[in-house]
Amino acid sequence: MSEPERDPHTGRLTTGHDWNGIKELNSPVPKLVWFFLILTTVIAVVMWVLLPTWPTGRDYTKGILNTNQYKVLDASLEAGAKQRAPWTHTFETTGFDELQADPAAMLIVRENGRRMFEDNCAMCHGRDGQGGRGFPDLTDDQWLWGGSPEDIMETLRVGVNNKHDEARLSQMLAFGRDGILDTNQRRQVVSYVQSLSEHDDASHVAALKPADIEAGRDVFAMQCATCHGVDGKGLPTMGAPNLTDDFWLYGGRRSDIEETVYGGRQGVMPFWEDRLDEVDRKILTLYVLDMGERQK
Amino acid sequence: MLEHHRKLERTAIGFVLAIMLVASIGGFIEIAPLFTIDETVEDVPDMRLYTPLEQAGRNIYTREGCYACHSQMIRTLQDEVERYGPYSLAVESKYDHPMLWGSKRTGPDLARVGDKYSDAWHVKHLMDPRSVMPTSVMPAYKWLARTPLDYEDLGLHLKTLRKVGVPYTDAMIEHAAADAFGQANPNSDEAYDLEERYGEDSNIRVFDGDSARLTEMDALVAYLQILGQLTDASYQETPLQSNKGTE
Repeated sequence: MSEPERDPHTGRLTTGHDWNGIKELNSPVPKLVWFFLILTTVIAVVMWVLLPTWPTGRDYTKGILNTNQYKVLDASLEAGAKQRAPWTHTFETTGFDELQADPAAMLIVRENGRRMFEDNCAMCHGRDGQGGRGFPDLTDDQWLWGGSPEDIMETLRVGVNNKHDEARLSQMLAFGRDGILDTNQRRQVVSYVQSLSEHDDASHVAALKPADIEAGRDVFAMQCATCHGVDGKGLPTMGAPNLTDDFWLYGGRRSDIEETVYGGRQGVMPFWEDRLDEVDRKILTLYVLDMGERQK
Repeated sequence: MLEHHRKLERTAIGFVLAIMLVASIGGFIEIAPLFTIDETVEDVPDMRLYTPLEQAGRNIYTREGCYACHSQMIRTLQDEVERYGPYSLAVESKYDHPMLWGSKRTGPDLARVGDKYSDAWHVKHLMDPRSVMPTSVMPAYKWLARTPLDYEDLGLHLKTLRKVGVPYTDAMIEHAAADAFGQANPNSDEAYDLEERYGEDSNIRVFDGDSARLTEMDALVAYLQILGQLTDASYQETPLQSNKGTE
């Protein structure tokens, strides 16, 4: 330990420490640091007064601005809603036909609808709405629950086979697993269903046994026609698909149809009433219909 | 004063302790009062408990490190609320031990994923994420579907959770294994008992699409489907938020 001494170059005192001849200047804390230290302290004191800060046991000081993160969020949501108000009003009050004919409205549908579709629907139905096995293609003209804008919007609201009180309910029975039809009957009815379906290449029908098709017709009339219709064209009110076209939700190969008849199908679509408001659902409906049109 | 400080500086351990004491002041005055303030955890009468199967799924979620890429915490920010739904409330994590809020989002937030997609979708996605989301970077979890769920010891899990404040009853602990089985086997007697114990809102169905076996897939999907569904409070607190993205 040496005595503090004045450094000849800077004119400041040293600390008085001496490490093997190395000494340290006793420089004061720079003014800028003091400035910011005091400034931030002053800001903190002001904040104590303005914002929720100090705990007081079971409560806390609310601050004279009377604001908090929830109110800030509400304000930003309100501002967003206000910004959209002109066109949300249009969507609330205008019918589907008129909206579809209005290019300005459809521009909004394409932009906002795409965003909502990708956030919520694309996971199952695919980014381009083409679905996959078990997830319906939204761009073809086949609709299990009806393809009118009103039907689609209702499907969006309540979903299918979920716990919404008004959910669309549809259960294809497990004809094999539950022992309703035996192996023979299932073979026959699958043959009949295959003979119904329209196909460019008719060779698959030629390969079926006429006797099976005939016997399958009776099984179909007994077991399947209630939902799929006597002619097999399906019933949108039951969510039963048309079997005479060439669209297959769970695959159209014989093995797929056999699997469907054996184990039944109960496709689930979530309901969106809690997650998307009416305008959103309307926009999505228009978006989905528009998507199908554009992909034609 | 300076003389005291000089002394303190010269005792290494004493100085370290002093630094820790000072550094903890900030944490103490920010965190400690939350334990006494009434508003910290909302009072929600309809808060449901995780069923044993959901709890088993939660353990799998933790085991597989899902929390490393998925958060379960919707913050009070416009873009989050518009994308995911109402912001998370403290009470929604009341029975989470440990909490799985996470802090990193490689994948989306999962706080409100319950009931957002179908069980079939979850299974397909966990088996092969790219099959439903071509740009996904999530790994596949195929083995969950073929690994039988080890549910015999779930009663002990529930018992442990009760020690840290989750109000499981004696009956719930005693019948935990049967309840786990029942939740994935609708129409069974066990399913009926589960409903008696955990309420009629319980999801009782074959989660993985295979009714023959109770697998880890059943448990994980059951857990994912309850996320954000334990109480309706968040939907009451914030009015229905529309999802229009941020402008």
